[in-house]
Amino acid sequence: MATRAGGTGRYAQDEKRRDSDHVSFLKHRRFRWLWIALALSVTCILGYVMIDQQPRPNGGSWYGYTLGTIGFALIIWLSLLGVRKRRINPGAWSLKAWTSAHVYLGLSLIVIGTLHTGFQIGWNVHTLAYVLMLLVIVTGIYGVIVYATLPASLSANRKEMTRAQMLEALTAIGRQLETAAQPLDRAEADLVIAALSQDVFAGGALARLTGRYPGCATARALGGMGTRSEGEQRVVALLEKRAEQLSQIRGALRIRALLEVWLFIHIPLTIALIAALTAHVISVFFYW
Amino acid sequence: MAGRFKVAIVGSGPAGLSAAARAAALGMSHVLLEKTDHLSDTIFKYQKGKHVMATPSNLVLRSDIDFEAGKRETILGRWDEQIAGHKVNVKIHAEVAKVEGEKGAFSIHLRNGEVVEAEAIVLAIGTQGNPNKLRCPGADSPIIQYQLDDPGEYYDEHITVVGSGDAGIENALGLAADPAQRNVVTILNRSADFARAKGANVKLLEEAERDGRVIVRRETTPAEVRDSELLLDTRDGQEAIRCDRIIARTGSQPPRGFVEAMGIEFSSPEPGAFPKLSPVFETTKPGIHVIGALAGYPLIKHCMNQGYDVIEFLNGNHDLKPADEPILAEKFAQLPGNRSVEQWLEVFGKNVLILADLSTLQLRELMLDSTCHAYEPGEVIFRRNDPGSSMFAIAEGSVAVEVNPADPSITVPIEQGSIFGEVGLISGRRRGATIRAAEPVIALELSRTAALKLLATSPGAARVVNAISIERQLLQMFGSGLTKQDVAPLVESAEVMQARAGQVIVTEGADDKDVFIVRRGSMIVEKQIGERPVFLSYLPAGSYFGEMAVIDGSARTATVKAAIKSEVIRLPGEGFLALLEKNPALRTRALKDMAGRRATNEFIESRKDSFSGAVDLYSETAAFLVDNGIGEATDVLLIDEKLCIGCDNCEKACADSHDGLSRLDREAGRTYAHLHVPTSCRHCEHPHCMADCPPNAIKRGPDGEVFIDETCIGCGNCQRNCPYGVIRMDAKPPNKPSLLHWMLFGKGPGPGEASYSWRKKEAEKEGGQKAKQAIKCDMCSGIDGGPACVRACPTGAAIRVSPDKFLTFTKLTEDAE
Repeated sequence: MATRAGGTGRYAQDEKRRDSDHVSFLKHRRFRWLWIALALSVTCILGYVMIDQQPRPNGGSWYGYTLGTIGFALIIWLSLLGVRKRRINPGAWSLKAWTSAHVYLGLSLIVIGTLHTGFQIGWNVHTLAYVLMLLVIVTGIYGVIVYATLPASLSANRKEMTRAQMLEALTAIGRQLETAAQPLDRAEADLVIAALSQDVFAGGALARLTGRYPGCATARALGGMGTRSEGEQRVVALLEKRAEQLSQIRGALRIRALLEVWLFIHIPLTIALIAALTAHVISVFFYW
Repeated sequence: MAGRFKVAIVGSGPAGLSAAARAAALGMSHVLLEKTDHLSDTIFKYQKGKHVMATPSNLVLRSDIDFEAGKRETILGRWDEQIAGHKVNVKIHAEVAKVEGEKGAFSIHLRNGEVVEAEAIVLAIGTQGNPNKLRCPGADSPIIQYQLDDPGEYYDEHITVVGSGDAGIENALGLAADPAQRNVVTILNRSADFARAKGANVKLLEEAERDGRVIVRRETTPAEVRDSELLLDTRDGQEAIRCDRIIARTGSQPPRGFVEAMGIEFSSPEPGAFPKLSPVFETTKPGIHVIGALAGYPLIKHCMNQGYDVIEFLNGNHDLKPADEPILAEKFAQLPGNRSVEQWLEVFGKNVLILADLSTLQLRELMLDSTCHAYEPGEVIFRRNDPGSSMFAIAEGSVAVEVNPADPSITVPIEQGSIFGEVGLISGRRRGATIRAAEPVIALELSRTAALKLLATSPGAARVVNAISIERQLLQMFGSGLTKQDVAPLVESAEVMQARAGQVIVTEGADDKDVFIVRRGSMIVEKQIGERPVFLSYLPAGSYFGEMAVIDGSARTATVKAAIKSEVIRLPGEGFLALLEKNPALRTRALKDMAGRRATNEFIESRKDSFSGAVDLYSETAAFLVDNGIGEATDVLLIDEKLCIGCDNCEKACADSHDGLSRLDREAGRTYAHLHVPTSCRHCEHPHCMADCPPNAIKRGPDGEVFIDETCIGCGNCQRNCPYGVIRMDAKPPNKPSLLHWMLFGKGPGPGEASYSWRKKEAEKEGGQKAKQAIKCDMCSGIDGGPACVRACPTGAAIRVSPDKFLTFTKLTEDAE
């Protein structure tokens, strides 16, 4: 029933995909980009040591310019990852390979950039670009570490629930709490109402990153609830369920925040880096 | 009684309406019997505002009433108007209870006691059937209803819902949803649990019960319906409850029993069979004609054309060519020889063995779903490993099968009248061999749907296909060197066995001696090591098992059971041994296969001692994947949650590659040992979604993907039939502003699926949302680089695999870190 044109050429491609081993972005193609980045760094170091730069190693020597050009090209290319990941078609490329290259080539910039400075550091726009580059790399290293270590705990915390289901479960407990709280006295009922009316996402960035919510109304309600009557015991049981559900949601929020927080530094710093880099390049050519 | 009508038309759906309108136009005395109080009940019951489609577009409409795609209300309104305009004699509230008499003098007894006399009957009752009535005194009470259109209509009532399926639960929840309606809602369940309903519905019901919104009575049945009271049989005796309204949702009775009671024969006992019909739609009971969905034509246009045709035939117009004539003429036009439609039908009908039993009507219909081909000698018809589940029949000429992939010169012929490609049809897997035309060939390619329908309706065809497929499977499996004569005794003694999921075919330690071939579905091999069963391997369709015990006379070394609903061919051990003895080459090969399997088993057993954890992980992960439908998959998306950072780039890439709607839900689905099976199409070997698609819009594409084409009418059958919930019904959204516009100027919703509100707002600017259609994964067919979900994963967490390659020890225990 070959009712549509084309496509048969994909069989080989698909079989290759189904046959291929399952590897992460770090191990992609047996560390291909790690080797390329290492080779690049080693070559640059050898060049730096062996080429006699007059009067001294400096960004302005011919070798310095070469290193600068390589570094500049790499930075521009690395920053294009943001476009790449949002534009999946056309082209038979994989984002995993791009990420792999981004990580290892990005790390090689430490070597290339440092050699390009010729170890001449000062209070100027050139050093600013260099420092910004290092900061971007440091935040990137944090990113690689959390990408490699946190996903398993994200999965374990999820317990097969989607984010929507977690919130639904919380709403369902809330509905039951509302009914169960009817027989309580005023003070206790107020505690339950406060717990129910508190925004799940309240607490701010710090709470989200640390997972500590000192203002949690559910915890407070649990603390202030008696356990004498049957009604109170039922409410306490439900509040405990609510606290448990909250802690799952907060756990998910925390891990997601840790996985994403560095991007809020990495990307603005990249933009600042490109600005500083432009100033650096223009000033160098202006004072040639 | 108004004397005897020339024709009584039962059912006022598209087929019945069209027939009645034709009879009215011809001035033929007629009556249209409708059991409800409105015309066309099936379409009437569609949800409000549903867009009804008019496929197939190449079929001309031949009817006195109009039909074109549009809203349900428009279509029903137009029909009501035109039926009134034609002065059709409609009788509503006329439910037929039984039919007596013979051609020329039928008495149609209605449920209300009236009798209608007619010379001929046209049955156009569709396949919806009648809802099951309550089986207790008072079942005719007016407080019982079988449908609930709008739960918001009822206030201050005590309402009892009978039935524990999804329909019953949804109705009960709907009635109790708004406390302001002050309804007291009770739901009765004959058993203790709600096994027939979806898990999500049961959860909601249990929650409503806890909150006191719905009263759930388990192990309770209605005993008697009284005035505003319902007597119940409970586990602890009888009890009466107040009841103002009863909603009965206890399923419906297919119309087959009713039809057979009139003396009409069906083509086979299979549930999918249709009544036997002559070319003028006459059944085996002379004078009674069947048209429309009940005759096997679920599409509105077909039904309306048949309504017209059947009345023309009854009026003595025997020269009328069916409306599909031009479509057939076009199909045959590309064949050489300049023959007419009738001549071609005769060539196919006479020459092809499996079409011998078909009536002209059935043959014409089969042709509509099939493709005719003419091949030059040497031309390739299909290649080994091409995807394809269609079956070919040779009308003229013969073909050659390349049985040895390494040497294309070794071929086996298949002669005129026979079939090929049936293994692909039955197993749902890729083509096993390349087939070329040996001389000029005229062949008919039956689509999977057409072929399955043929097998279900023609027992003769089913027998032939079965015998041929067993023989071919044997020849193909054991490679070259065997002839038909070699395997003839085995084919003779072979037996096809159905196996439900989980059914054990071979038990470890038993000493039975049969060899099995997996014909359809797949098997898993397990061995008891210590206290637990350990997963050894996965056997896809086309593999054989059980040979070890036969060859070396030992007891069964492992248990083999069906991973999913399967079919196996059982071959007696002695016959298999005799075949081996006659063919030393085959014996060598069997021994080699056996040694390979032994090695795998021993490897896993040896690991069990030293690396028990890894074996447990492998075994349990494999079992988990099989439980989640991987056993019937051909290409499935899995997510390694040790790598997944939850960025949802897979979903975004999916939406951006396909009209702005994602076909996968990453988070939903089951997870075991950090291996997650998201809600996404598995491209099953035998797709459940294909089972009941009125326009046959679901097909397998050139890369093996199961896709839905643009002829989808949006009925939602596939969505209901998919056990994995991967099909969604949605309208194609308007185009988004480009990525650059979004990045630079913040225009549009950005990458990924736009929110529902954005889609709705933009669609309204363009003049309203498009009709909802079924959408599902097409494996990014036609997109260079393959599936976008995998390509868009930044960490390598998303992989797409096939079970035969992935359910192995190395793959399941490899660490991707």
